[in-house]
Amino acid sequence: MDVNLIPKLQTKNSMTTKNSMTKNKIVLFVVTLCFIAAACSKLTEHIAPKSPDEDQLLDGPIEGLSELEKRQFLAGDAAFNGELFFSGNGLGPYFVTSSCGSCHAGDGKGHPFTTLTRFGQSDTLGNTYLHLGAPQLQNRALPGFTPEQLPAGASFSKFMPPANTGLGFLEALTDSQILANVDVEDANADGISGRVNYVTAPDFFAPLAHHQPHNGKFIGRFGKKAAAIDLLHQTVNAYNQDMGITSDYLPNEPVMNGLSNPYFDPFPGPEVQLSTIDNVVFYLRTLKAPVQRNSSDAEVIAGKQLFLDINCGSCHIPEWTTQQSTIAALSNKTFYPYTDLLLHDMGSGLDDGYTEGTALTPEWRTPPLWGLGLSMNSQGGSYFLMHDGRATSIQQAIELHGGEALAAKNLFVNLSQTDKLKLIKFLESL
Amino acid sequence: MKKIILLLACIIQFTTYAQVDSSLFKRVAVQDTSIQLNVDATYNRPFLSVGKSPVAVGGYIEANTNYAVTDGVSEGLSFQMRRMTLFLSSAIGKRVRFLSEIEFEDGTKEINIEFAAVDFEFHPMFNLRGGIIMNPIGSFNQNHDGPKWEFIDRPIASTTIIPSTWSNVGFGLWGKYSKNKWAFAYEAYLSNGFDDRIIDNNLNRTNLPATKLNPDRFEESFNGVPLTTLKTALGHRVLGEIGISWMGGVYNKFEEDGLVLDSRRRVDLLAIDFKTTLPIKTAIRGEWVWAFVDVPSTYSQQYGEKQRGGFIDIVQPVLRRTMLGFEKAVLNACVRLEYADYNVGTFNETGGDIGDHMYAVVPAISFRPFPQTVLRANYRYSWTSDLLNNPPSKTAAFQFGFSTYF
Ligand code: HEC
Ligand code: HEC
Repeated sequence: MDVNLIPKLQTKNSMTTKNSMTKNKIVLFVVTLCFIAAACSKLTEHIAPKSPDEDQLLDGPIEGLSELEKRQFLAGDAAFNGELFFSGNGLGPYFVTSSCGSCHAGDGKGHPFTTLTRFGQSDTLGNTYLHLGAPQLQNRALPGFTPEQLPAGASFSKFMPPANTGLGFLEALTDSQILANVDVEDANADGISGRVNYVTAPDFFAPLAHHQPHNGKFIGRFGKKAAAIDLLHQTVNAYNQDMGITSDYLPNEPVMNGLSNPYFDPFPGPEVQLSTIDNVVFYLRTLKAPVQRNSSDAEVIAGKQLFLDINCGSCHIPEWTTQQSTIAALSNKTFYPYTDLLLHDMGSGLDDGYTEGTALTPEWRTPPLWGLGLSMNSQGGSYFLMHDGRATSIQQAIELHGGEALAAKNLFVNLSQTDKLKLIKFLESL
Repeated sequence: MKKIILLLACIIQFTTYAQVDSSLFKRVAVQDTSIQLNVDATYNRPFLSVGKSPVAVGGYIEANTNYAVTDGVSEGLSFQMRRMTLFLSSAIGKRVRFLSEIEFEDGTKEINIEFAAVDFEFHPMFNLRGGIIMNPIGSFNQNHDGPKWEFIDRPIASTTIIPSTWSNVGFGLWGKYSKNKWAFAYEAYLSNGFDDRIIDNNLNRTNLPATKLNPDRFEESFNGVPLTTLKTALGHRVLGEIGISWMGGVYNKFEEDGLVLDSRRRVDLLAIDFKTTLPIKTAIRGEWVWAFVDVPSTYSQQYGEKQRGGFIDIVQPVLRRTMLGFEKAVLNACVRLEYADYNVGTFNETGGDIGDHMYAVVPAISFRPFPQTVLRANYRYSWTSDLLNNPPSKTAAFQFGFSTYF
């Protein structure tokens, strides 16, 4: 609107009388407006966006944190979701994406845009491409730098970012709890064996009392091939390999295929503080477990029974209970992740010819199924399931099961259409 | 900084003077009765002249309360001192004038010289302007004074795609020609421009305002290539005004010490602005902008190559009479619709749409006791989608505030 900005010139006298008059009016006006504003705040409850129900969100702390723990959770949340890297705070120069939250949006699963590529060998004798930039491809680079190319001859696999919820509960389990389900020789003859991946610990790894090393190696529980021993291990690698962020734990930028080391780094020195890493690890440990929705729905209950009946639960073990943990709120808690944290041979269809540690190429760690039904909220409205996101629906994910899961998959395929839908409805409720 | 303090001291001096003799300050009447276009906004402001001196001062202030709720979570009520701006103009000689605008944003967090330029009028169609100029891209950038608007927040696309307030050191020509009911204006400037922060910043999105973080930008060009800004506008006393503007240049450091580091990468903005008043006195104005940025393909789609957005403000005076003793008070019912997409395009990996956009609807009431002062109550509802196009987060903000020239 075009206001007339040329005020009338007024005589001195009319100004003063008007002024005292208008002053009162202004006061009256402001008081009225304050009153209206107060009335509005009552209205707020009705016209402001409501928070989604607790069971719709993955983000949020577990219950029972102390005030100090809540502060650390918030600090970790800020670093995980709020710290966006660019050249000015150390990104790259070679990287995959620029923040933890960009790959794990809302602590959920990722998207093909954030899928990363690991490359190297197809035997368990160790990665022979380390000097050529293995294990991870940094497929993006700051302007003026050229991203890494896959070296000729290397086998590779694409990894879809998983959800990050409830991981503290999984980390709190003892090695012997995990080993209890190992059945390498398939003694119970159910066609399902299950192994652990023994991995070489990094220098900064500090074993806890319950860790049971084997030939100096430790059980891996995180990652698609269970190559990370604990959340610190995973986090330090993520900073370094996913974003090119160095720390005192891993002070060198990732090795690059085609560049001799060390190469030019526009932002030298540790790019993330160890205290920040600690906070992020604490945040991951204390992220709540996803809350099941519609758990009393008759079809969901029937679907869960079908899930157990056709042996999905042999690998996707529904229920676990933690023992004593350093974080009180994680001690002696029963939770429902639907995983055994073990490696299974999933058949040739899922064999990418690439592996990590002692895992074989067709072997994948059973992913937790909790939070599955919320995947689309972080995957841009679609499903991208299985290790590389190749399945675009839950049904397709099940149908891609082979190897040790072939029998269960066949039982699923032979279910009636209504039973299939019940089972899927159950999975969506997780 | 020193200069600003000096300037402040001067103004305070004037003010104390004024208390002794209140006839010292006189409102300067704007003589130009031709159709007012956006190009005139710089001078079309209330000024007070001081005694017989050729210097005139002015300024505006805006403050508001803000209560916002995002997906059920609120940070509570805050009081925001958005900005205080001081103008100082002087007629240096016949047809040579100087005007400056200094802005204090968010308290004293940011102090900016938004405008400090000298105009040499050789002919109404041929003025030379030099100094810190406001690039004429869209209409909001040059016409951004708070009291001219019925909404508390500045239009989002005009401040995050067009980096309003966007001023640079530069030179150029401008002119205006009016006849009968028509007016035509042009502006053409060369100035310092953008830098590579626009695609490398802690917002992790293409962000033209990020250049403003470069403290040296008033001292030297980032890459030695000037930014060109061209605008032309056509106005009609009844129909309103329409403007088309373009601003473009090279943003990256492609060469240093004679060594070629990269190809020249361009940033270009194209904007359309309009304003009109319907016979029922409804005032409508808005602008739309497209931005095109050459982002290296080996970098990240996190940074968009295309952006677009705009706003439309509809302001309907509902009461225009003496209210609360203010003789020509106006009460307006208003609405703003706005949109900004920071990353127009599709993902290489899936072909699906890239998100990173927002929409907002802002119903509002404004009360103008007199033209240069506005009290505003806004309810702002916005939807913001992340890069992957996940379900949007929703924010409702309740805002109440004022803005006035002084
Ligand atoms: C480029 C995308 C990307 C970024 C950035 C990223 N992650 Fe991940 N994240 C992944 C992928 C892919 C996996 C699976 C990795 C594997 O199998 O080794 C993963 C796995 C994890 C896991 C293990 C989850 C599980 O169930 O096994 C944790 C914990 C984790 N990330 C935390 C982080 C943290 C903390 C950051 C930031 C420091 C981060 N991530 C940054 C992609 C990413
Ligand atoms: C032999 C162990 C095993 C059995 C039995 C098994 N699964 Fe899985 N499941 C896995 C593994 C391992 C993966 C991960 C494969 C990959 O990432 O490529 C997986 C993946 C999934 C996924 C995708 C999860 C995601 O986040 O991408 C779903 C859904 C799933 N399983 C459901 C089922 C259902 C339903 C059954 C019963 C019909 C079943 N599984 C039986 C081991 C098993």
